[in-house]
Amino acid sequence: MLASLLIVFREVIEAGLIVGIVLAATNGVARRGLWIAAGVGVGVVGACLVAVFAEQLGAMFEGAGQELFNAAILAFAVLMLTWHNVWMAGHGKQMAREMREIGALVSAGQRTLAALAVVVGVAVLREGSEVVLFLYGIAAQGGTSKVAMLTGGGLGLGAGAVVSALLYFGLLAIPAHRLFSVTSWLITLLAAGMASQAVLFLQQGGYFEILTSTVWDTSWLLSEGSIAGRLLHTLIGYSDAPNGAQLIVYGATILTISLLMRMVPGKRTLPDAIPTKAATQL
Amino acid sequence: MKTLKSLLIGAAAAAFLTPASADNGAIPLSLKNHAFSPTEIHVKANEPAVIALTNNDDSVEEFDSTSLKVEKVVTGRSSGNVRLRPLAPGRYPFMGEYHSETAQGVVIAE
Repeated sequence: MLASLLIVFREVIEAGLIVGIVLAATNGVARRGLWIAAGVGVGVVGACLVAVFAEQLGAMFEGAGQELFNAAILAFAVLMLTWHNVWMAGHGKQMAREMREIGALVSAGQRTLAALAVVVGVAVLREGSEVVLFLYGIAAQGGTSKVAMLTGGGLGLGAGAVVSALLYFGLLAIPAHRLFSVTSWLITLLAAGMASQAVLFLQQGGYFEILTSTVWDTSWLLSEGSIAGRLLHTLIGYSDAPNGAQLIVYGATILTISLLMRMVPGKRTLPDAIPTKAATQL
Repeated sequence: MKTLKSLLIGAAAAAFLTPASADNGAIPLSLKNHAFSPTEIHVKANEPAVIALTNNDDSVEEFDSTSLKVEKVVTGRSSGNVRLRPLAPGRYPFMGEYHSETAQGVVIAE
């Protein structure tokens, strides 16, 4: 029971933290609940599909299908996070300035809801497929341990949800005028961590096998296997033994997003109808 | 976004290239009754290596190692390659995540 509790907890928490950040970043945005729930729903369906077709997926690209798939969906999530941050930094700020109300920033957030829903979907899909594979294995096995294992899985799901909720409410405790810049940073670091994880998957698949040597090892200080290490791994991409290519991509992602957020023109006059238009477009 | 775009394009381009030839000199590792054989794998330190994992069980397993930075799902009755980065001398434990009570092993770099 403990084993299944830990496995499910580990996977749920990784997806749950991302959901928590996205919820905090979209605090007050109309219909965000619907979008994020849709992201979770599509992610769960996707997770089941990936689990069912694990064999076919794995056999693609000379056995590197699994790795390429993971790298591709991670890269896609990084693009979505980048777009969200850049859009909010430019247009969102400008709209807030023009309308002189915080509510405008919130309306602006509707534009990128779909992008964030994709990010949530990707996170749930990746972590969820492992849970599905694991639980399916238990179900197929039968035996007396089945009930205990499934109970453990249920408890793991609950515990993961509680930790994610704690992160969300913790973020909401931040004063409203600060929350925007805090979530911007969290999303930037989240994106950088995902990008560096994508590099690792590509290297696992046998692509871009350059600078694969470990640059430093901090496992003595904080192991990636520990709960704290895992949390940091999910949140900011912490690795206790990063390789050169990972570090370069991590840094480049932060730099790119930060520069784009600064460079994006905020002076453009936007049509008055943007908030409502955005709502109907999405 | 430029860097990200080029990354994506690079990933797409890479998908059409063949992965670096890895099957030569791959170290065999098999899984039976949710246990690894051999349970100790020796590799040369500071050199990349490849483990060819064959799953002889009917159930799916995930080769998982935090210290090796590897997660690889290998479905029942199939095989897959696990690429190891150049490792500093030391012991690197791995496990089958779905049956961690029995599926345990260690890579020793020396």
